[in-house]
Amino acid sequence: MKNKSLVSINDFSREEHIRILDLASAFEKHPKQRILEDYVVATLFFEPSTRTRLSFESAATRLGARVIGFSDSSSSSTQKGESLRDTILTVSNYCDLIVMRHPREGSARFASEVTKVPVINAGDGANQHPTQTLLDLYSIRKTQGSLDKLNIAFVGDLKYGRTVHSLVIAMCNYNTTFHLVSPQELKLPSSVKMHIKDRNLAYYQYTELQEVISKVDILYMTRIQKERFSDPMEYEKVKNAYILRNSMLDGSRSNLKIMHPLPRVNEITTDVDTNPQAYYFTQALNGVFVRQALLASILGVVE
Amino acid sequence: MEKEDSRKELKVSAIENGTVIDHIPAENVFQVIKILNLEKYNNQVLIGSYLDSRKMGKKGIIKVSNKFFKSDEINKISLAAPSATLIVIKNFEVVEKKKVEIPDRADNIVKCFNPNCITNHEEVPTRFTVIDKKELRLRCHYCEKITARDNITFR
Repeated sequence: MKNKSLVSINDFSREEHIRILDLASAFEKHPKQRILEDYVVATLFFEPSTRTRLSFESAATRLGARVIGFSDSSSSSTQKGESLRDTILTVSNYCDLIVMRHPREGSARFASEVTKVPVINAGDGANQHPTQTLLDLYSIRKTQGSLDKLNIAFVGDLKYGRTVHSLVIAMCNYNTTFHLVSPQELKLPSSVKMHIKDRNLAYYQYTELQEVISKVDILYMTRIQKERFSDPMEYEKVKNAYILRNSMLDGSRSNLKIMHPLPRVNEITTDVDTNPQAYYFTQALNGVFVRQALLASILGVVE
Repeated sequence: MEKEDSRKELKVSAIENGTVIDHIPAENVFQVIKILNLEKYNNQVLIGSYLDSRKMGKKGIIKVSNKFFKSDEINKISLAAPSATLIVIKNFEVVEKKKVEIPDRADNIVKCFNPNCITNHEEVPTRFTVIDKKELRLRCHYCEKITARDNITFR
């Protein structure tokens, strides 16, 4: 994987995904190693995403790398009208790897073609966010022991949720049974369902959250945003229907884990947080190990 | 029938050397002219639009003197007019006749319909993979969104 950019989850093969997960679990055991002391990592955040940026910077810093960059475009030359191409070409002179988040779809692919420095996509508009998908795979494998033949429920905004789309597509490699819980207006798009159908995997659609809880190994919650509804009345009708409360978890499988890409607003009540089945904060921690694995293998420090 | 055909043919007079683009969907004639940049072509161009066609009902035809299209131009024609036939003329004789074929890739021909795609904001040639030739569906190499027949516009 040395010098290879990661723009889309499909840029890496299933074998390469597994390799990253294995490396991540090694970093989980030894998260502080000074193996990247000679390297400079640039984090270019053309739009703010504090969580993702801090996770990358923590991963890089714990491995001894120096981190340079900016956290939103108002503090970069984009504000002066510089093209993305020029920014990338300039920054490439200063670093060994670029992590970038940009509001436009396709920006990371474009950047990876402009420069010889490897690029990790930390989110390009509504398109891809592959490191989120890898940390989700890592969390699922870690909590369930394997990625194979699991029952996974995706809950909330399945129409616009980039995280959900990528994870559904990635999980199609592992004989997953999908349980899709959403309001009518926010169902999983057919372009994503196509991947499930292509593999002849089973999927079930629901509008009630409670129905699915006892059937699954992973409950992947997402936020429903008001602005996604054309009719605000529709939002009012469904807004409380996809909230997970601790009492709803009675009768769930003992291996069930609750995941969420964060930030959470109100879709998981705080009384769930102390339930051992709540996994969303550990999930965020796993992101650091996965990003360590990516940085180290793309920089060629580990095989 | 023969007679009627030849009479119809005369509606757009013959060219001595060059290429005839026949069987263009009637509504796309001017589109084809535009994408081939024929507005600026300083040689004879004969255009017929909304002509009667047995095969298509109505069709368009463009005759371009002293022009023999290269493959990138033929690719453009195929995306704007998938039904088109190219007829190469030398000394008023047909020397080659072939239907256009939709390519596997479309480079810098079509605009991405996603307004938030980087190709609509930076100076970058567009690139598409043709994922469905029948329905004409193109996947953008950059934003990964699908541009379909109904929302294709040319660069």
